[in-house]
Amino acid sequence: MNFEQIIFYILSFWFIASSLAMIFSRNAAKAVLFLILAFFSAASIWLLLEAEFLAITLILVYVGAVMVLFLFVIKMLNIDKSTLRAKFAGYLPLGLLVAAVIVTEMAMVLGYNQFGLDVMAAPARHGADYSNITVLALQLYTDYIYSFELAAVLLLIAIIAAITLVHRKEVKRKGQSIAQQVKVQAKDRVRLVSITPKNKENKS
Amino acid sequence: MTGVWQLIYEWLPWFDGVVASIVIILIKALALVLPLMLVVAYFTYAERKVIGYMQLRIGPNRVGAKGWLQPIADALKLMTKEIIFPSKANIYLFLLAPVLAITPAIAVWAVVPFDEGMYVANLDISLLYVLAIGSVGVYGIILAGWASNSKYPLLGALRSASLLVSYEIVIGFALVTVVMIAGSVNLNDIVMAQKGGVLHWYWIPLFPMMIIFFISALVETNRAPFDVVEGESEIVGGTHVEYSGMTFAVFFLAEYANMIFMAVLAVILFFGGWHSPFEGIAYLEAGFSWVPGIIWLLAKSTFFMFLYLWIRATFPRFRYDQIMRLSWKVFLPWTIVWIFVVALMTQFKIGPWF
Repeated sequence: MNFEQIIFYILSFWFIASSLAMIFSRNAAKAVLFLILAFFSAASIWLLLEAEFLAITLILVYVGAVMVLFLFVIKMLNIDKSTLRAKFAGYLPLGLLVAAVIVTEMAMVLGYNQFGLDVMAAPARHGADYSNITVLALQLYTDYIYSFELAAVLLLIAIIAAITLVHRKEVKRKGQSIAQQVKVQAKDRVRLVSITPKNKENKS
Repeated sequence: MTGVWQLIYEWLPWFDGVVASIVIILIKALALVLPLMLVVAYFTYAERKVIGYMQLRIGPNRVGAKGWLQPIADALKLMTKEIIFPSKANIYLFLLAPVLAITPAIAVWAVVPFDEGMYVANLDISLLYVLAIGSVGVYGIILAGWASNSKYPLLGALRSASLLVSYEIVIGFALVTVVMIAGSVNLNDIVMAQKGGVLHWYWIPLFPMMIIFFISALVETNRAPFDVVEGESEIVGGTHVEYSGMTFAVFFLAEYANMIFMAVLAVILFFGGWHSPFEGIAYLEAGFSWVPGIIWLLAKSTFFMFLYLWIRATFPRFRYDQIMRLSWKVFLPWTIVWIFVVALMTQFKIGPWF
């Protein structure tokens, strides 16, 4: 077993262990932390495959932004565990049915006969001057430019849709207009008056 | 140096030299982290002195000659102090938080090019790595606030989470313009692309981006006037309220290591990294050619580090909603406009930068 394999097995172990821990942990905040660990392990495995751009993007987008918002929401929510447990038994038959369907589907798609070196040859190692990001950028902006632009437009539409859903007509509220506050000049607030002292007038 | 590395490869031949590579990386990391910690220690001393003089005070001058041993004394004090655990705190997460704060703060230094060929790792996507690892640093603060199980830390953590997420977008867009001009996300290539004197550095075509980057760096490192995370006049000490002794010191180290890193990053991206400012000037270039590049890099970043202290001593703290408005309604539109400006400049080859 060479060194790369040892690293791969360590990372895979952490990936599976942290995913399991995430599912079974009772504390929602801890579950998010285990999910972050799983993301890091997945990113490291991608690094072993020389897909460093994907690995870094996974950390940048999911760990750096999405999971922060998850933790944010979890801190704001006050989750009552007893009501969750009470509903658990009622949903159990339906849940088991759905789980069974998903497991069979995944077994069909991700079964052992779909993988292995005879089905998918080991990816060739590239030289030291190989740049994953350059290759990816060339692919994205030449061969797949239309799908790339379409995805971007789709995201834009999603943003507009989300904003129109929550945007309402201006309600009468006592908010502060920061733009106005910032624009304020000293002369709007303070009036400087020049007063000649009376004693001076008398003297002259 | 290559001779020394060769010797290590000969001594540790196991696993095709992988063990030797790890030992070499460890040696490089030590050579990076130990001076960094020293700089952090004396940066705190400089901060107290500079702000002291700006406020017509003397600053620390009791320990050692002119107070030069003050940071050592501070470190000893923090190390020997008792660590207090809040009784209702989540101990594991409470102790994990400072670790999560310091690890990214040190890990980002791995890709910094100090001189030509002087770095721990020449990563192909080092700028993205910096962004990604920098965004992980927020977990230290969020966890510290949540695990303390206390009101003010939680408020501080919520503030910091929303601030960091919104300013990361601004920093990302500002860095896109740098990448557009340099044509690479490798920090080494970005520095090499700025070769050829002061006028070839990116601070001229990207002047608004430089200012936006530096202000966003102030927010990212929780520095005044954007230090609402700590905001001692509003929420006591923010996320650090429950931390004492060494656990607090680790947060402190992480914050200052981040500050120094942001100063160095600003120099690398906008001020030519380790290039001498006298390049292209006939006699000065020859006269100063003996100065190693790392000296120029450190000299330039010292100015930005001083700027941190200057700004802290000058401006009152921003209100929280004003900081948010600054990010979303002022900086973000400016960065997007400047991306188009840079695109036009690249297309028509304006200036010596392309």
